[in-house]
Amino acid sequence: MSAAGEIAAAVRSGERSARQVTEEALAEVAGRDGEIHAFLLVLADDALARADAIDQAVAAGHNPGPLAGVPVALKDNLCTRGIPTTCGSKILEGWRPPYDATVVELLRRAGAIVIGKTNLDEFAMGSSTENSAFGPTRNPHCTSRVPGGSSGGSAAAVAAGFTSLGLGSDTGGSIRQPAALCGVVGMKPTYGRVSRYGLVAFASSLDQIGPFANTVADAALLFDVLAQNDPLDSTSLAMPSPATVSSVDEGVEGVRVGVCPDLIEGCAPDVAARVYEAAEALAAHGAKVEEVKVPEFAYGLSAYYIIAPAEASSNLARYDGVRYGLRVDAEDVATMNTATRTAGFGAEVKRRIMLGTYALSAGYYDAYYAQAQRVRTMVMQAFDRAYMSVDVLLGATAPTTAFALGDKVDDPMAMYMNDVCTIPSNLAGHPAISVPFGTGDDGLPVGVQVLAPALQEALLFRVARAVEAAAPPGVSR
Amino acid sequence: MTAETVWETVIGLEVHCELATVTKLFCGCRNMFGDEPNTNVCPVCLGLPGSLPVLNAHAVELAMRIGAALHCDIRPSTFSRKNYFYPDQAKDYQISQYDLPINADGWLELPDGFRVGVTRAHMEEDTGKLTHVGEGGRITSAHHALVDYNRSGVPLVEIVSEPDMRSAVQARAYASELRGILVATGASDGRMEEGSMRVDANVSVRPLGSDAFGTRCEIKNLNSLRSLGRAIDYEAARQVVLLEEGGRVAQETRHWDESAGRTDAMRSKEEANDYRYFPEPDLVPLVPDEAWRERVRDALGPMPADRRAGLVAVLGGTATDAESDQIRAVVDLGLDALVSAAVGAGAPAPLALARAANEVAATGEAALALTTESFSALLAMEAGGTLSATQSKAVLGELLAAGGGDPAALAASMGFEALGADTLGAAVGDAIAAHPDEWARYVDGDDKLTGFFTGAVMKATAGKANGKEVAAELRKRRG
Repeated sequence: MSAAGEIAAAVRSGERSARQVTEEALAEVAGRDGEIHAFLLVLADDALARADAIDQAVAAGHNPGPLAGVPVALKDNLCTRGIPTTCGSKILEGWRPPYDATVVELLRRAGAIVIGKTNLDEFAMGSSTENSAFGPTRNPHCTSRVPGGSSGGSAAAVAAGFTSLGLGSDTGGSIRQPAALCGVVGMKPTYGRVSRYGLVAFASSLDQIGPFANTVADAALLFDVLAQNDPLDSTSLAMPSPATVSSVDEGVEGVRVGVCPDLIEGCAPDVAARVYEAAEALAAHGAKVEEVKVPEFAYGLSAYYIIAPAEASSNLARYDGVRYGLRVDAEDVATMNTATRTAGFGAEVKRRIMLGTYALSAGYYDAYYAQAQRVRTMVMQAFDRAYMSVDVLLGATAPTTAFALGDKVDDPMAMYMNDVCTIPSNLAGHPAISVPFGTGDDGLPVGVQVLAPALQEALLFRVARAVEAAAPPGVSR
Repeated sequence: MTAETVWETVIGLEVHCELATVTKLFCGCRNMFGDEPNTNVCPVCLGLPGSLPVLNAHAVELAMRIGAALHCDIRPSTFSRKNYFYPDQAKDYQISQYDLPINADGWLELPDGFRVGVTRAHMEEDTGKLTHVGEGGRITSAHHALVDYNRSGVPLVEIVSEPDMRSAVQARAYASELRGILVATGASDGRMEEGSMRVDANVSVRPLGSDAFGTRCEIKNLNSLRSLGRAIDYEAARQVVLLEEGGRVAQETRHWDESAGRTDAMRSKEEANDYRYFPEPDLVPLVPDEAWRERVRDALGPMPADRRAGLVAVLGGTATDAESDQIRAVVDLGLDALVSAAVGAGAPAPLALARAANEVAATGEAALALTTESFSALLAMEAGGTLSATQSKAVLGELLAAGGGDPAALAASMGFEALGADTLGAAVGDAIAAHPDEWARYVDGDDKLTGFFTGAVMKATAGKANGKEVAAELRKRRG
């Protein structure tokens, strides 16, 4: 599928109709999503009606917005009014939100067309999309491999050419890691840049919505649409986000890039090699590249696997069978709660609820939750120190290329290790992006990660664009 | 313990107060008691997936007013989640202030001058309301339960006292004074019967003179000041009996059964929930700046204690015990302005106070409709002798029932025009003639018989005579 910016320009000028673009996207989905399973729900009628409305607006001389007629894939933990929102879980069976997430409203105002709701690990807990209650998504580049997760459906939809853009949520790497495994661009904004209103919470202090795209410029285009203050989210940043799409091509001359071995050395050699090649490419384009060690990153994973489950154990308490979704009837309320949750949640969600409940329990709070918060503060301070000498950090996104379906489902720790390079940015609330950069020894995509300080999305996209421009050929579709 | 042990009761109160905001604590739904169930609800207060709380600034303002009125330190605060499963709780956690409350370290002075420490007064959200249906509506035997989420997310302030009180009387005085303060700040209507003010009592006993606290029980379901007093007395006695029999008090929550007049165990400490408090990640720290806190303190009107002092001043600087009681009643009901205005218009202060504390107060809500003009005019008629006390009370009753009016016209329509001197004289003469023995004793100096003759004249004139004028006529005839 064409780049989002090109589609929007063509639709605005009347050169292409939104209906034509939408029909093409729907045809692609119909042709290949049986195999990929990126979508849990395809909204063909809604999308076509929306496309016609855009075409009428263009005909009437109106500007439908920066994403006019651009097909978008929406992760199914983003609320859509009157449309099922499952979070990849049986527990939300039958639930239709009575409201749209703020980002859905922003997409509509920008003229985008939501093609459907995409698959994810249940409640965004996982790194392979195998934890979905509705079956896994497959990597479009090799269908025996996973697409990564938890936003595997959106990553696969963009990688497969179903849509130009996708929306995911990133709590510990859930946008960047599947972007890397699927060979697309995936970006997590600064915490608070994008409203979380209508994003079904996994771990509220870490969750952030962000874009998937085939190009850095498209990711910036979508980011600019999403980065708005929202009075419905108390953690939404009040200061306006400066436009990033206009400066993506400004280059990296003089930008200080810190190559971070702590985000590289634990990775497979072929992945590590690509990161060092990217660093050389940036240096060749005028960046000042140096090595910056941040050994504190090693503790991020452990802190994350306390904080995220702790918040999740509280966020997921409301799925009790009383008000909506699944209910398994029983003699009394407490038994009904237990029966409903036992039947409705998958194994990984149950594991994290138990971990989090334990970490917050009387007598364990200080040793686990409070300690993890101290580690989180330490990671933030480590970032601050690193950014005294460099403007951005460079590392790998994921330790390996896409692994085989079923490979890690029985080994939660191996699965968790997928997020080791992405978690530090979530703990600090910083923006970070994964950019495709060649392939691994298996011929599958490798992602290089650029990390920037809070609020520095414009710089992040500039560096990412330079990485993209220098990238060796990826996987051809 | 020896049989002679003298026991001391130790009481601390936890008072939940619903704030009188227009909207709820974290969403724009109406905060309204008594509406159709589940009509004031939205994704936020229903805890729907993806919804987020946004703090209501007016609720913060009211919470700060309470803090200021209770002499608390108003400080930067945070919200936490209190996690427990219950169907009336939409998110299965309650957003509440925990380790960093907005108000801390204050005190409340009782009318007798005793100060009760206020540990904290923090903000939190209310839960929904469960109604058990079937088999008499008891929790254990109900067939099913209905949930109304209109109350879900209503703003509350929980005011926690120090364990400073030593009797049921003192606890009642505290709750009563606190209610007056809450109403005076405009933070709440303080209605216990509607649940907008809910009191839980922590009660323990210890040998008098002991420094250590005994094991406490928390008493719930106290729906009136009377229940509060009765429950504390019962619970303290229960604990004393238990201890004197060599038993131990178990730390537990107990339910007050008003009709049976006793407390029953609800749950013990061992069964109590582990609430797994942690900082609420969906809200940012609440840091009211000094200017805001200053504005709140400056805008605070007079508190009940100030208003009681104002009435004592109206009385001339001192008050008898009976008058002090009347002053408390008048201030509690917000009738002090009425009394002051009537006195300003020329009414005798003790009379205005007595009528307000008794007849006006007895009508409850209707009292607030009485205008100072009507009240002042009526008191002027009574003080001037145009109406007897009995007549005045009767006219006042009509005024209150009618929600106001002209006392002179009402008195006339009730046939309360003053008796002419001739009629009064004739009635007194008739009474003397009918009771020669009593008259002889009165003439001999038995003044107690004044009341006897006044009663007879009142009866004969259907209450139209003025008691003072009857007494004067009797004295005149005795010579």
